[in-house]
Amino acid sequence: MHASVRPAVSVNITPPVTTGAHRETMAPAEMRMSVSRVNFWYGPKQVLFDINLGIATSKVTALIGPSGCGKSTLLRTLDRMHETVRNARLEGEILLDGKNILAQDVTQLRRRVGMVFQRPNPFPKSIFENVAYGLRINGSKLPMPEAVEKSLRHAALWDEVKDHLHKSAYELSGGQQQRLCIARALAVEPEVLLLDEPCSALDPISTAKIEELLVQLKDLCTIVTVTHNMQQAARISDFTAFLLNGQVIEFSPTPQLFTKPTDPRTEAYITGRFG
Amino acid sequence: MNMNAQLRWRKFVSNFMLTMTGLCALVAVSVLFFILGYLVYHGGTSINWDFFTKLPAPVGESGGGMANAILGSAKLLLLATCFGVPIGFFGAIYLAEFSSSKIAFVVRYAADLLNGVPSIVIGIFAYGLAVHPFKHFSTYAGGFALGVMMIPITLRSTEEFLLGVPRTLREGAMALGASKWKTIATVIVPAAYRGILTAILLAFARVAGETAPLLFTALGNRFWSNGWNEPTASLPVMIYNYALSPFEDWHRQAWAAGLVLLTLILVINIVARAILSRGISVPRA
Repeated sequence: MHASVRPAVSVNITPPVTTGAHRETMAPAEMRMSVSRVNFWYGPKQVLFDINLGIATSKVTALIGPSGCGKSTLLRTLDRMHETVRNARLEGEILLDGKNILAQDVTQLRRRVGMVFQRPNPFPKSIFENVAYGLRINGSKLPMPEAVEKSLRHAALWDEVKDHLHKSAYELSGGQQQRLCIARALAVEPEVLLLDEPCSALDPISTAKIEELLVQLKDLCTIVTVTHNMQQAARISDFTAFLLNGQVIEFSPTPQLFTKPTDPRTEAYITGRFG
Repeated sequence: MNMNAQLRWRKFVSNFMLTMTGLCALVAVSVLFFILGYLVYHGGTSINWDFFTKLPAPVGESGGGMANAILGSAKLLLLATCFGVPIGFFGAIYLAEFSSSKIAFVVRYAADLLNGVPSIVIGIFAYGLAVHPFKHFSTYAGGFALGVMMIPITLRSTEEFLLGVPRTLREGAMALGASKWKTIATVIVPAAYRGILTAILLAFARVAGETAPLLFTALGNRFWSNGWNEPTASLPVMIYNYALSPFEDWHRQAWAAGLVLLTLILVINIVARAILSRGISVPRA
């Protein structure tokens, strides 16, 4: 079963771009994070099986798969948010810039690996204070208004909110709230940004804005996004991992995964035969 | 024909029930206004400048005021709040955020029982703990008794409001690198503070009118209290004593004291609500 993963993810987790026909078309990417031999349990139930994955620097990596396949769980292990759940247990190794994140201080780690959730979750504060929150709790000495403006610009929200920064964040629309959450995550200048189905609660126009934004954000940080929308993965990601029943079935450059899947299950999923 | 009768009967029942529920709602609000009107009618004439500034008149003389009782009540409530609210509040934080479900269950259950303990029993408890060992009644003892009563109300309702904060907000803060304590202090408590303050106000209003726990702790005093360690007058005890007295003038003053007590609580409530209505609250999902 794992043999099918091999062509895309080699034993020492080199990037999938260095394999096969894509060697000429894409330059070998540097790895920001790497996941190796990760097994994961909620209580007695194992939900991830021997996961190996490389997250390429300044690229968008998408995790796709049917509901319950473990893609959100895998994403949450990358900033150790799984630890907020009782009875969760992880085995294996996850490296960020070559260092094991499981051995690091978790608050330090989460400042370097930001996260945006499925539903917009702004704090009950003003727009300004939402973005400033991460800087404040980190005791940042940066001049606050400039830092907030910068993050809001990066999140493509500045022009819409610049005249009412001190209004409640809840007065924004759902899509704006989600971009605010992205701005809030960007404010602490993370190296990696994790997004857990960031568009699933949004209308198509807001979704398009966020997709466009994510592609632009690549220059700023490495992006990992979970989606069960395959078109979305195809539009925005550079690499795609297909998960099924807690296993990575296939991990390839996105064009390759969607046009020439090597595993029949991947093909069945992307052609809509299940999921 | 039969259908028609059935329909008329159903309409009658519907109208009858509608009238009854409306009447019950009306009774619920009118009780407050009735009490207020009654207090104003009987005690309104005794409310004057003297009532707020003078000591009670000696027995047999008319006039005088309840300045010492008003100040006494304020001191007792201050002590009670300083003692009961922090314990209830921080206890609730432990329960909602840190404890195992087993411990939380036991503490919750104990708090509910404490809430149900008759106030006179709380008075005896405070007497045994804060009066008897020192051989004298004191403002401290009265504040302690009232504070004990505030603990379970503050604890239970604060816990409810903390648990009501959406999990997504906690995750949002923690994902930004906030420690658990920072998350609680900067996101969870601010998101719940409206409910928590309302609960504290309710606890405050509840003990403001308590008489029984004060009878043998703060005792009462016809003069200015000499300090926190001395017995003090308070409005509820003053009402109790004056209402039982044989003097017409004291009865009127008891009504007036009731009116002042009720008005104070109302004013505090309204002001607090006005303050609470500002700021940003989490919308209901």
